[in-house]
Amino acid sequence: MSDVADRVKKIVVEHLGVEEDKVVENASFIDDLGADSLDTVELVMAFEEEFGIEIPDDAAETIQTFGDAVKFITEAS
Amino acid sequence: MFDLTGKCALVTGASGGIGGEIAKALHAAGATVGLSGTRVEPLEALAAELGERAHVLPCNLSDPEAVDALPKQAAEAMGSVDILVNNAGITRDQIFMRMSDDEWQSVLDVNLTSTMRLCRGVMRPMMKARWGRIINISSIVGATGNPGQANYAASKAGMVGLTKSIAYEVASRGITANAVAPGFIATAMTDKLTDDQKGKINAQIPANRMGMPEEIAAAVLYLASSEAGYVTGSTLHVNGGMAML
Repeated sequence: MSDVADRVKKIVVEHLGVEEDKVVENASFIDDLGADSLDTVELVMAFEEEFGIEIPDDAAETIQTFGDAVKFITEAS
Repeated sequence: MFDLTGKCALVTGASGGIGGEIAKALHAAGATVGLSGTRVEPLEALAAELGERAHVLPCNLSDPEAVDALPKQAAEAMGSVDILVNNAGITRDQIFMRMSDDEWQSVLDVNLTSTMRLCRGVMRPMMKARWGRIINISSIVGATGNPGQANYAASKAGMVGLTKSIAYEVASRGITANAVAPGFIATAMTDKLTDDQKGKINAQIPANRMGMPEEIAAAVLYLASSEAGYVTGSTLHVNGGMAML
């Protein structure tokens, strides 16, 4: 697993308090990992901080799954 | 009780009677205050009176870009914005049948839209900090209506709906959002009324007098405090019993 994926997974596990093995490629933050809409905003804020990038609101809305997040951040950083 | 040491508060309309007292009360409780308003001179006079922990942050609230920039300027000057007090407001009274689009829009822009923009601007850092206080100064008129003030009353009622919705969304993050609704408050504006006019107003108020700006400031201080952490989405009416809501 890439370094980006490891760091994203760490943030998701810490923030949502879920088991690491639940955080898989297609895991939806809201449907599978129990996030509410405010959690997803906070996850995006945490990603921005960790990776020193800006994720605009319209892009943030497309980040629904763990895989989406890793893909977006990999391309942005 | 109500110790705000280490907290930073942004107060709009701090050049006015009520806003100035709010800033003084928060400052006296230990907060660093950012004094915002359009008139620089009274803001600087107030900052000089307060001494340390006071920053002047002029802003024209009818300019959306300036409003969006204000939270960042405040955070740069003070270190953070932990407490936001949206106190600034304007009136452009007119009977409703004659109310122009401009009279409507300008009041909505300054009173309601700028409040929304400032709330939005401070939300991210408050979310991260897991602590925040938003206090929106509404008005008795927002609950009761008032002839000649359809625009002002709509803006003040709108602030209450905005406040409640924000309160819902961020309650789990340690952020509270409340409104304070003053009744008739003695300020430079009401000083101009004749004794006869004042008498008529006082007759409508069970307390039989106008409120003092300090009495609004005390309500704001309470809502800004850590002790008020379980109070959110509420409207604190400070009106001498004029409307018991």
